[in-house]
Amino acid sequence: MLKKIASFLSIIAIILIISGCGKPKTSITLAGSTAFQPFAEKLAEQYMAINKNVSITVQGGGSAVGIQSANSGAAQIGMADLVVLPDEAKSLIATVVARDGIAMVVNPKNKVENLTAEQIRDIFNGKITNWKEVGGDNTPITVVSREAGSGTRSSFEQIITGISLKKDALIQDSNGSIRETVSNDVNSIGYLSHGLVNAKVKAIKLDKTECTVENIVSGSYKLVRPIFLLVKGNLDGENKNFIDYILSPEGQKVITGNGLLPAK
Amino acid sequence: MKKPGFLKKISGEKGVEKILMITAFSAISAILLIALFILNEGLPFIFKYGIKEFLFSSEWQPSKGQFGIFPMIMSSLWVTFGAMIIGAPLGVAGAIFLTEFAPVSVMRIIKPTIELLAAIPSVVFGFIGVMVLAPLIRNYLGGPGLSLLAACFILGIMILPTVISISVDSILAVPKSYREGSLALGATTWQTTHMVTLKAARSGIVASIILGLGRAIGETMAVIMVAGNAVNVPHSPLDSVRTLTANIALEMSYATGLHRQALFATGVVLFVIIIILNSIASTAIRKRKYGK
Repeated sequence: MLKKIASFLSIIAIILIISGCGKPKTSITLAGSTAFQPFAEKLAEQYMAINKNVSITVQGGGSAVGIQSANSGAAQIGMADLVVLPDEAKSLIATVVARDGIAMVVNPKNKVENLTAEQIRDIFNGKITNWKEVGGDNTPITVVSREAGSGTRSSFEQIITGISLKKDALIQDSNGSIRETVSNDVNSIGYLSHGLVNAKVKAIKLDKTECTVENIVSGSYKLVRPIFLLVKGNLDGENKNFIDYILSPEGQKVITGNGLLPAK
Repeated sequence: MKKPGFLKKISGEKGVEKILMITAFSAISAILLIALFILNEGLPFIFKYGIKEFLFSSEWQPSKGQFGIFPMIMSSLWVTFGAMIIGAPLGVAGAIFLTEFAPVSVMRIIKPTIELLAAIPSVVFGFIGVMVLAPLIRNYLGGPGLSLLAACFILGIMILPTVISISVDSILAVPKSYREGSLALGATTWQTTHMVTLKAARSGIVASIILGLGRAIGETMAVIMVAGNAVNVPHSPLDSVRTLTANIALEMSYATGLHRQALFATGVVLFVIIIILNSIASTAIRKRKYGK
């Protein structure tokens, strides 16, 4: 019995070793922002199809992780989606590869179409607690926000300014679960990456400006954040090649084709 | 010629003993290392920030340097308490039915099925909670739906396998002669059950509930999905809450510096609570075995 198990294990080990062999590859690891992660995965896939000698791994973790792992060397390229980069990122070379709008979303059944930045601040601070105060039905407002440290949340709070989130706000840990919560709850309001808005939620206007690609590019929509790729030391070699690829027309096409906005 | 063989036998015996000892100790060293790591990361923060402030302040605003976990402690306790209210009666009643009333053939089918419940990933429980339970609560009872109540229900079901299987084992461990004696005196099955069998199995049942509590307080994924995660001392079952485990899991990936240490300190508090629960449970189990 033991012999059978041992031989079985050694066969597995041999298979693993053989499959691990092959041409030595340059490997790049990206880590950080969950908002940019799907785009990075797609870009990596395309880049690897062209450059067979490079292997790119993409990990999530959030913007703080992106900065941390770029600093520590755990990842060659960190991804961060913050309006203002924190001090730890000062020593890193930051390249803006895309921009992302943050859409204010409510349930499709909600009548409200427009909110001012002022109203959004009051709703998230708990001063306005009923939809009728902002032109909706007489129902309580359920505020849905992201966890402390999220890039989307800190960008949102920095742009709207003066937010001290009310205590009973629901907290969800990803853009996707915010969308799920808002689509399930008629009375809720949340915010998420513009590229992830779909028919299950309704993006409302901010200060009468719709969250569209045109308005974000023209600068009339306020809630926009840059997406940075961070590299420690000099930007050269395969890291530079990959970032150049993302900034090339072909790479930017992937970005705009999936809901993000071009870097420039 | 005899000697080498004899030596070999001894060394073989010793060798196996050593190997087994090392494997046994590796399990213990894992728990020790985890404990050391958490304490090492978390304790300095607790002392620097102040135990009182950390445990009893309601302000959790990592970006402003405020780390009070009182709402999380209260939420964890309430969620666990609620799960017990729902799970313990169901579990113990189920165990009584299975051992005392159900035919053996039924028990042979039902017990493994219930134990299968333990194999369902918690994310699946969470998903059902989000898709089915939360909308029901929101529509019929009000509030945001993702709430303390939803978490209690989900956890109440999740602790069932623990409560039922340990309760069943401890009820079955009651000697048959107890039951036979009681039945011979003319007592009915129910009278025998609640006057004799349950009394004898009491400490085992208590242990099963406490181990269930340990599972409930440590559950993370399902709770994050259904509890809403607001940092808030709950005032009603319909309020959204954030447990200690959810606090760590939600923010760990983003946390740096002091914030990260505060999350490890949250882990220390959780660790202490679980150690207390488990020692109560093991005392109860020991009492069952030796204390009669």
